[in-house]
Amino acid sequence: MDWALLLSFYPSLSEGIVITFGLLFGGLALGLVLGAFICWVRMRRIAVLAPFMDVYVLFFRGTPLLVQLFAIYFGLGQFAFIRESAAWVLLREPWFCAVLALGLNSAAFTSEIIRGGILGVERGQLEAAQAYGFGPVLTARLILLPQALRVALPAYGNEMILMLKGTALASTISIMELTGIARRLTSQTFAPFEAFIAAGSIYLLISITLTSMFAAIERRQRWS
Amino acid sequence: MLDMLSFGAGGWGDELLSGLAVTLLLALIAFSAGTVAGLMLMLARRRGRPARYFVSGYVTVFRGVPELLILYLFFFGTGAVVQNVAASLGYTERINLSGFALGAFALSVIVTAYATEAFRGAANSIPKGQLEAAEAFGFSAPRRFLFIELPQLLRVALPSLGNIWLIVLKDTALVSLTAVAELMRQATVAAGSTHRPFTFYAVAALIYLTVSFFSERVIGRVEKRFGLKEAN
Repeated sequence: MDWALLLSFYPSLSEGIVITFGLLFGGLALGLVLGAFICWVRMRRIAVLAPFMDVYVLFFRGTPLLVQLFAIYFGLGQFAFIRESAAWVLLREPWFCAVLALGLNSAAFTSEIIRGGILGVERGQLEAAQAYGFGPVLTARLILLPQALRVALPAYGNEMILMLKGTALASTISIMELTGIARRLTSQTFAPFEAFIAAGSIYLLISITLTSMFAAIERRQRWS
Repeated sequence: MLDMLSFGAGGWGDELLSGLAVTLLLALIAFSAGTVAGLMLMLARRRGRPARYFVSGYVTVFRGVPELLILYLFFFGTGAVVQNVAASLGYTERINLSGFALGAFALSVIVTAYATEAFRGAANSIPKGQLEAAEAFGFSAPRRFLFIELPQLLRVALPSLGNIWLIVLKDTALVSLTAVAELMRQATVAAGSTHRPFTFYAVAALIYLTVSFFSERVIGRVEKRFGLKEAN
């Protein structure tokens, strides 16, 4: 192990951190919005949409993220109507496909996490709130959200770590995030151990930070 | 479209099927090796503070770093090490390590981390009194583990182990990036030579989904038979 070489990799790798974070938070944001919508559709059993969303969740949870990413990035170009559509400007961009795949994947998992949180709140409490004349917004803000969050947060912390690890797949469609840069350094210097361990240490730092952040929030929220 | 999925020279059905076999084999090897190693690490954890730190470190590292990076590390890194060792022994020919073996090894290393955590959680749920009682009855430490702890441990850890199986099944797709001819790799090859990428990735996805689906049913049955009864 050449420690000096390993240390010399950090400046190049730090350029990739920004891209990794962009993918992570882009995917999580899309996943949260879409996941909340899917959860609403499935729990309310909205006509027509609900069965589709059931299949959506089943599909995105049961297949590898890599297949989803490749189907979007390499696959969609197979269809002439997509190549000729206005969306093609975005769909041929690797970064857009990466955020889209991460977001669609995260939405399936996030919708289940939100569902778990909501189901964790006793029904009687919601009925009581209604009996006291609370409107839906007030019920959500004062009764549902605080308790659902307590159940959902640890699971969402896990989801963030899974997404962080998922961003590494973006390197397979030519995006130069942390893993992509580590691969480039490997082929330039023939030092795979140093490059991948340097990149791995950065991922580890990010995931430990995320984990301890969520642990701290959980500690603060614990019932007294 | 269907003729592309047919079996035989013109279709890709047989390639996809053989890919599925490789995928299942990878997942099975990694799952079994990882479960056994995870159990051993969970036991090693009890051997004092340095051991505990080592095991926690292992779990943190291999759960916090992308699977792809770990795979690359083993795939490109091990190759470089073996090459260097061989060169120092005077052997300069290029050595090809089996991508399958390296992939299975890397996946096992990852599963081990997840399994260790699963077993640690399960071990915590077994009342200490039971082990003390066993000791009082004159059970030796290995027998205490084998007859009192292990059977309960496995039952409690069953749901987590089921999840780990589903995760490793999907993680095998990453091994395709090192050119191992598993399902995802075969789909990529077929996609390239037919110019129908979406078709083949969709078919691969459906195959993964089918395996996940049936796995879940089997896991459900095993849990029902051997798992803890859910408290109403």
